Amino acid sequence: MGKPVKRPEQSRSEQAFLPEIAKGLRLTASRFFKNTFSAAEKGDIATVRYPEEQREYPERFRGVHRLTQREDGSPRCVACLCCSTACPAQCIHIEPAEYGDGDPRKGYEKFPKVFVIDELRCIFCGMCVEACPCDAIRMDTGIHMPPALERDAFLLDKEVLLRVPAADGSVKSANPRHEPGDHTYPGIDRDRSGH
Amino acid sequence: MSASLSVGQALMTAAGKSTFILGLVFAIAPLLVWAERRQSAMIQDRVGPHRASIRLFGREWRFLGLLHPFADSLKMVWKEDFVPPGADKILHAFAPWISLAPALLGLAIIPFGPAIYFEHLGDTLMLSPEGVPCVAGLASGVLGCTAAASQLGTELQVATLDAGILVFFAAGGLGVVGAALGGYASNNKYSLLGGMRAAGQMVSYEVTLGLTLVGPLLVFGTLRPEEMVRWQSSSIFTWGFVLQPLAFVLYFVAAMAETKRVPFDVPEGESELVGGYFTEYSGMKFGMFFFAEYVEVIGLAAIAATFFFGGWQIPLLTDAGFVVGQLHLPLSHGWVTALRVGGFVVKVLALIWLQLMVRWSLPRFRYDQIMRLCWRYLLPLSLVNIVITFLVIVWLRS
Repeated sequence: MGKPVKRPEQSRSEQAFLPEIAKGLRLTASRFFKNTFSAAEKGDIATVRYPEEQREYPERFRGVHRLTQREDGSPRCVACLCCSTACPAQCIHIEPAEYGDGDPRKGYEKFPKVFVIDELRCIFCGMCVEACPCDAIRMDTGIHMPPALERDAFLLDKEVLLRVPAADGSVKSANPRHEPGDHTYPGIDRDRSGH
Repeated sequence: MSASLSVGQALMTAAGKSTFILGLVFAIAPLLVWAERRQSAMIQDRVGPHRASIRLFGREWRFLGLLHPFADSLKMVWKEDFVPPGADKILHAFAPWISLAPALLGLAIIPFGPAIYFEHLGDTLMLSPEGVPCVAGLASGVLGCTAAASQLGTELQVATLDAGILVFFAAGGLGVVGAALGGYASNNKYSLLGGMRAAGQMVSYEVTLGLTLVGPLLVFGTLRPEEMVRWQSSSIFTWGFVLQPLAFVLYFVAAMAETKRVPFDVPEGESELVGGYFTEYSGMKFGMFFFAEYVEVIGLAAIAATFFFGGWQIPLLTDAGFVVGQLHLPLSHGWVTALRVGGFVVKVLALIWLQLMVRWSLPRFRYDQIMRLCWRYLLPLSLVNIVITFLVIVWLRS
């Protein structure tokens, strides 16, 4: 003996079909009239006509990377390799270099001679941004990589990355930067180290 | 009606009327494809097709997606016309025609306008006390007949037949053959099953379809569609849907089942029958099945307008113009005719809209539900409608 299945109970109007059909028609017709003749241009239509109009990205959308600039236009990056180490896709290639003799930054920090991000390998996880101690790499550009026909076009080098602006147009970072030698410099510098 | 016309004139008017009704159908059918897609999109909060564009005057025009049906038909014309191996080539080629031709044939009896008097297009016409059309004028301050119409009117109807509506049923009955043949000739199990389902469904609903219209036929007392429209005169209270509301609902359901469209679309079913009886059709042969479906939709709406919504009648519009109580806005015969033809087209479009709304609101029936709906509900109800109508008529006459 199987277990008796309880039949759904239907009211008379449900069994008669027509009142229910009228209800359904009222619903669909209300959607139809609202979307076709509503005063607002689009009614409740959720579809976005993609290439012409685009959905607004959220404020913290992770777009194509950019390298922030110092006041003098050089990269804030000190070539510490934190980002390329953190990168799970291993898409960041950095060749660090020393500043030349007589440069005030020599001995304090390095600079990236080569900084290349492969945007095709990148998974846009944002770990490089998290890892960066200098706020030198950011993903606040609000754009995604434009299409190209060659793979090489997706290898963005230092010069390109430095020029990509943030969504608000800035090429710098809002966080203050203290050069060695400034009196605000938080670390130990030559004058105060006792050397 | 065209007794006074010569054979040449009769042929000319027949050709003109056929051209009008065919042009109407061939204009509305692609529009329907567009309306169907756009309307469903609006119902479902989408945008619908709007991509197809044409370059004119250095600008890209999209016309709200109206170009999509044209792009689709072009595609269909140029697609490979594939005949499956083992198929009955002759029947396979004929089936779409047998499907389309009756659908078009049924439209021949639709009166899309009142009788037209070509020599009096500029005059105001009215009915004389004897019921004969005459030229109206002010005779001693009162509107009355001043001269008899100089010719007999031409019915705006391709075929004025005594059998009238029976021709429509006969033609509709032939549509079954097209679907069944298409399924049979394709040498495909799914097609055959789809064709059988289509045949079973259409034959069943044809019974109901015919019987639902017997009620209105009893009321009108004629089989001639043009006489039915005259009977419904200009008052909305003599229209069929007021006198025969049950018949209208039954007819609408049965006719929608005849078109094999969505709540009743079991002849095709992607998950069980692939495309049903037109699975093995491609190119323009498929296009003809497709087109026949839309012609049936138009035919359904046209018959419903004729039987239940006064055909070309517009409330308050008489032969002599608009009459509201004592107010009289005289209109020439040409304008009255144009308004009435326009009114008929508007009614047809509104009924088509209603069909599309139903199509995009309801889920499909199961096959046994379709048969139960037909034989256990619609058919008895239509018989009840006939009996009640009959009794009321007898009671009114006694």
